[in-house]
Amino acid sequence: MANIKLTIDDKQVEVRQGATVLEAAKAADIYIPTLCYHPSLTPYGACRLCIVEIEKMRGLPTSCTTPATDGMVVKTKTPQLQQFRRGVLELLLTEHPHTCLVCDRKERCGPGNICLRSPNVTERCVTCAKNRRCELQQVFDYIELKEVTLPYSYREIPIHHEDPFFDRDYNLCILCGRCVRVCQEVRGAGAIAFTMRGSQALVGTAFDRPLQESGCQFCGACVDVCPTGALLERKRKWEGLPDRSVLTTCPYCGVGCQLELHLKGDRIIEVCPSSDNEVNRGQACVKGRFGIQEFVHHDKRLTAPLVKKDGQFVETTWEKALDLVASKLSGYGKGEVAVISSAKNTNEDNYVAQKFARVALGTNNLDHCARLCHAPSVTGLGAAFGSGAMTNTSHEIGDAACILAIGTNTCATHPVIALEIGRAVRQGGKLIVANPQQIDMVRFATLWLRQRPGSDVALMMGMARVIVDEGLHDPAFIDERTENFAAFKESLKNFDLDFVERTTGVPKEKIVEAARLYATNKPASILYAMGLTQSSHGTDNVMATANLAMLTGNVGKPSSGVNPLRGQNNVQGSCDMGALPNVYPGYQSVADPAIKEKFEAAWGVKLNDKPGPTLVEIFDAAYKEQIKAIYLIGENPVVSDPDANHVEKALEALDFLVVQDIFLTETAQLADVVLPATSFAEKDGTFTNTERRVQRVRKAIEPIGQAKPDWWITSQIARRMEAKGFNYENPSQIMDEIARLTPSYGGISFDRLEKGGLQWPCPTSDHPGTPILHTKQFTRGKGHFTPLEYRPPAELPDKEYPLVLTTARKLAQYHTGTMTRKVPGLNAIVGEERVDINPADASALGIADGDMVKVTSRRGEVVAKAKVTGTAQPGVIAMDFHFAESPVNKLTNPALDPISKIPEFKVCAVRVEKNGH
Amino acid sequence: MTFKEVQEQAVAEWEALQQNQKPRIFVGTATCGRAAGAMAVLDAINKELSKRNIDAIVTQVGCIGLCYCEPMVDIVKPNRPRITYANVTPEMIPQLIEDYLVNDNPRPDLAMGTIGKGSVEGIPDFMQLPLLKPQVRIVLRNCGIIDPEDIKQYIANGGYSGIARVLGMTPEQVIDEIKKSGLRGRGGAGFPTGQKWEFCQKAPGKERYIICNADEGDPGAFMNRSLLEGDPHSVLEGMLVGAYAIGANHAYIYCRAEYPLAIERLKIALKQMEEYHLVGNNILGSNFNLDITIKEGAGAFVCGEETALMASIEGKRGMPRARPPFPAIAGLWGKPTNINNVETWADTAVIMQKGAAWYAGFGTEKSKGTKTFSLAGKISRTGLIEVPLGIKLREIIYDIGGGIANGKQYKAVQTGGPSGGCIPANLLDLTVDYESLAQAGSIMGSGGMVVADEDTCMVDMARFFLTFVQSESCGKCTPCRVGTKQMLNMLERITRGEGRPGDIEHLQELALMVKSASLCGLGQTAANPILTTLRYFKDEYEAHINEKRCPAGACTALVNYYILPDKCEGCMICKRNCPVEAIAGDRRMIHVINQKKCIKCGTCLDMCPERFKAVTKVSGKKIAVPSEPIPVVAKPKATQDTKVAGTP
Repeated sequence: MANIKLTIDDKQVEVRQGATVLEAAKAADIYIPTLCYHPSLTPYGACRLCIVEIEKMRGLPTSCTTPATDGMVVKTKTPQLQQFRRGVLELLLTEHPHTCLVCDRKERCGPGNICLRSPNVTERCVTCAKNRRCELQQVFDYIELKEVTLPYSYREIPIHHEDPFFDRDYNLCILCGRCVRVCQEVRGAGAIAFTMRGSQALVGTAFDRPLQESGCQFCGACVDVCPTGALLERKRKWEGLPDRSVLTTCPYCGVGCQLELHLKGDRIIEVCPSSDNEVNRGQACVKGRFGIQEFVHHDKRLTAPLVKKDGQFVETTWEKALDLVASKLSGYGKGEVAVISSAKNTNEDNYVAQKFARVALGTNNLDHCARLCHAPSVTGLGAAFGSGAMTNTSHEIGDAACILAIGTNTCATHPVIALEIGRAVRQGGKLIVANPQQIDMVRFATLWLRQRPGSDVALMMGMARVIVDEGLHDPAFIDERTENFAAFKESLKNFDLDFVERTTGVPKEKIVEAARLYATNKPASILYAMGLTQSSHGTDNVMATANLAMLTGNVGKPSSGVNPLRGQNNVQGSCDMGALPNVYPGYQSVADPAIKEKFEAAWGVKLNDKPGPTLVEIFDAAYKEQIKAIYLIGENPVVSDPDANHVEKALEALDFLVVQDIFLTETAQLADVVLPATSFAEKDGTFTNTERRVQRVRKAIEPIGQAKPDWWITSQIARRMEAKGFNYENPSQIMDEIARLTPSYGGISFDRLEKGGLQWPCPTSDHPGTPILHTKQFTRGKGHFTPLEYRPPAELPDKEYPLVLTTARKLAQYHTGTMTRKVPGLNAIVGEERVDINPADASALGIADGDMVKVTSRRGEVVAKAKVTGTAQPGVIAMDFHFAESPVNKLTNPALDPISKIPEFKVCAVRVEKNGH
Repeated sequence: MTFKEVQEQAVAEWEALQQNQKPRIFVGTATCGRAAGAMAVLDAINKELSKRNIDAIVTQVGCIGLCYCEPMVDIVKPNRPRITYANVTPEMIPQLIEDYLVNDNPRPDLAMGTIGKGSVEGIPDFMQLPLLKPQVRIVLRNCGIIDPEDIKQYIANGGYSGIARVLGMTPEQVIDEIKKSGLRGRGGAGFPTGQKWEFCQKAPGKERYIICNADEGDPGAFMNRSLLEGDPHSVLEGMLVGAYAIGANHAYIYCRAEYPLAIERLKIALKQMEEYHLVGNNILGSNFNLDITIKEGAGAFVCGEETALMASIEGKRGMPRARPPFPAIAGLWGKPTNINNVETWADTAVIMQKGAAWYAGFGTEKSKGTKTFSLAGKISRTGLIEVPLGIKLREIIYDIGGGIANGKQYKAVQTGGPSGGCIPANLLDLTVDYESLAQAGSIMGSGGMVVADEDTCMVDMARFFLTFVQSESCGKCTPCRVGTKQMLNMLERITRGEGRPGDIEHLQELALMVKSASLCGLGQTAANPILTTLRYFKDEYEAHINEKRCPAGACTALVNYYILPDKCEGCMICKRNCPVEAIAGDRRMIHVINQKKCIKCGTCLDMCPERFKAVTKVSGKKIAVPSEPIPVVAKPKATQDTKVAGTP
């Protein structure tokens, strides 16, 4: 559609169709004062400051709500408008402390000045934490109000201090409604609302209860949009203005939110989501918004290298520590050392780590925790499509007509992507949630399929069968773009709906409804996470999603595809960097002679073409003393890996263990040498988020203590081991090397990333990146249908262990808690393990809510508090793995998927007993 | 059964009822009747009939409009017109039944009028009574006449013939006919109804909604309630007509929850419509489908504003939103939606029954047809009326309303509820139509008329309405939320005698700003009572501010009571009745009011015997009285008149 042309204050303005007058004015750099307007919210028209005069229009329309039309003639600053604005602002100020606003000495008043007029502290801007960041002050200056003649009254509303992270002082509230709207419209939480009416109207929670009881997720969106000091982060309140701000990437989940770190000196005083980007568009979650500064500046951060002497850690110098590590590692035979890299580290750190293993140690004994989360995505989607990454981009999800979210608790694990799901639903999209647990998303799902843990192949094959039987598939797409359909169709014969209903526990009608919803509402997008992958048939599960998508032609188009939601901040990147036993960066096989030759030429050494063992296999080998030393970077397997007792024994069996981390984790405590690494805030580099977007991590503060960046430490060890090619001066150089050797990263450089992230494949320096994969053809050529069979989980409940244990995650905690448990506010939200158990199971076992229970599997036992809740499926209990004092992974089953070698975290058989204490 | 057969049957039954040999008794049991005790009267009738073993048909009907006469009972005996009795009490019933039903004495002394053919000696024709003669009952034609819980009585009186006719027309033809009728929205804004329907009909989209706005919230307004209670089918038929014309298949009636009887009668009506295929799928055998949902309001005045109303139906907080987009384009659930008020819908039904030309024959050139008003306040005959537009205010207030009660002086009338304005006595010859009322600074509104007399302080009246809109503001937009509060504060200050020079200008400025800058109709009209009283009664404001005087003597803070020494006889009646013991004085001592203790309740003034008239209420001046009680000095004898009045 053609653009609209209009005249604003005698200026010709051209804007897109559908733009408002306010947006048109902004585009033309014409300022119109606003308070209730916010670009991420729908027009509201409440504050009435943005009124304008429009020719041929009655009254004084608000520019924020009035659509611009062709030929419109607008005036934004007539004497009448200014007079009414002064009137409106004066009314606002009768309820908002303003003594300083109208003070004629305000220009000369500095911080900490004592005011001779000495009004009550509640009436002053200089005693407000939002001073000089307050939008009311900006508006006031434009409107030129000289005095407030109407009587001011302090409303004497008690200030809410009771919740974690931020205070609510409604005495400063101007009822712009931004907080209420962002909570409802963008976050879908609805934790706050308008209460009362008339002059008593206010923002509040239901029955004025604390936010913690009102469904608040503490995402901080309300704080971010509040124009005044009504909502303020408690810790940040009296810090004044920041000296500077640094844009970087969030270190938590794989969404890759862009965050502004606001700094004062060498201290982070506030972390705010950046709005000027494609990924999070001004949103964050509780961890990114409030869970960063406290762990970065925590006094338990490792500040010096440690060496264990007589069972005790002793501080040492970098020189000594590095020399020790290098000389020890040099002393083992080839294949006796393994490197475990980290999905939390940057691409550059990971690249250097894998190069270290391959060049300095001459081994492919190398893996990292991606093995435990998305290995089946790499194998499964690799086999079906040729690439194991998300086919589409996060923000497309909001425009999908149908979303199948299977095995993902997106609201808890990828909160900002969950907003896209909410957006899709609000736009009328259908949401099918398939999950054994009644997760938060069920609240707004069109359909909830509550399959038994581990029955996903049957469920999806059942859906595929309905789609084929009812002719809802896309024959043209199947013919042109795929292969092996006939064999796949044949395999559907085993999945008649009676069998599927019996196997999954999902009623037939629901399976049919799901199949129809998915096949007929296009574009349809599949989202999945560890509910599918962490299974002894994880690869089959992933292939089943690929089959469904190809069957309905939902690949290669906007808002469609198969989208594995990557868990950690850089799990995509660490795989891309080849921190895996079988591939070099860019998934180039170590067994391929041509590729081996390429890397040998580049790195100047002979390389090993034998793929190494995978993560669980490394610990098995260590247990069997085949592997004698491990160089472990930024992981905590004692808490995170399955059958943790076994892992601990394996680590104890080692001759030499080096752990490199930011805290003395449970695993680090077992180490011989501990090397202090920098956190994300102290280093440069890149993370690749779940949608394949490579984004910059920028150094915001100097390293804490003597901490050093991981790439630097690894390089130093390598150099001491006389390995070549480790003379890096900065991560930018490392990225240049990555780009030279990795086709999909070929066009990526720090220079280009300054302008924003790039989605791989980005083969050349002029390539714009690839938001959607497989648009014209699949990466592997034709999409491959895989016939599947149902296989039950490796361990099923029996008499002795009658219940199923599945592992889960909470929004306010992250992974093994190394970072999040350093944040008191997050602990206040979720601070301890709660075993979710269905009321029926609980009552059969005589367990009441809050009782301590003992959970026992064939591998170990754990004691924790029970939470009796209907969110748990009958027969299934759920536990988190955030809490080292109740390490659920002592129970989990290390049974592996034969292809991807992922262990089966999601299903094991347990017994639950009421515990005496 | 075809609809024609239904009609024939209904008419036959109606005729049979009229020819019936049993006596028929009608009791007005609408909310106004019930408030006056109609249910007890009904009870007494039933008891008396069974006691005497009289076989009579007792019917509950809606309000005929004469609220001041409630409870009203009508009795029909064969071959006699219907006789209306006013202000009936349960105690009167045995005698009335004995006199009229048993002894055939129609008691002309108790009767108010006759309705229908024939006459009874000594009883006037009800419709020729001065209060009814100027009225034209179109919307209210059935109210008080038919049984609102019997669809057949509605059908027998021409009901649903409008929709039957409409189903044979194209939607465009229906809209055209409504346009020709000149009907304008009776909710108050007066937008041409046909044009409004056309906007919605032409809006892009498959699904459309219509809504009946029955959230009548103005203090002193009860037109819609009476209509829904007395003749719900007329509104429902209008909705069928509109839905057909617009192409809507879903309808909502948003009725305030404070109208339980109206809701109950609507529910009964809907059920009966289902029986006769007048709602649901394939209405009257056509392809036209309409479902009608009753949605009870959430108790907020602002929910009468259309965008707030839709938000409320959607389950959200009832807050208005900015337009565009207009509801005709994106209304309920984002779909094209047409909202009309109860009376407008009822009008469209009768227009389709009797034709546009007939309807356009009433009213003025720009304001066609009739309008219902509720007359309240200091008027002699409160009630519900329906008059042709273009009638003079004088006719409404004096001919229909009977002027001011207790012989007081007429001062002003507030039209349009709290959003309307005060029209002063010197504009009594103003014609009541949309344009004239707007020109006078007021609005038609949904039809509330509150009459003020000489005892009404106009500043206080403005304050009263401001109190209402201030507490009913939704709190969304700044001018309305804070502006109404600040204006109210100023008015309260002025009525307390704490007004300051410049207040009037400031108030005017604030009022204009709130009017211009508010988001919705509530805020935009909230200042009307102030603006019109400032326009017509500025002198009262000035008296309050400059002289600390309330000319009407209504603002207690500005009023003082004194006992006149030359009139007080020391009878001690006022002293004994003073609730705060503020009066000093013994027998035959001139009493003195302690002004510091006095709470200005006026009891002394009311209690002082008429023959003395010793207590006086003054504002803005002081009266010299003794500081302490002193003996009464002998006075000339009281006149003959007062003696008579004083004799028991």
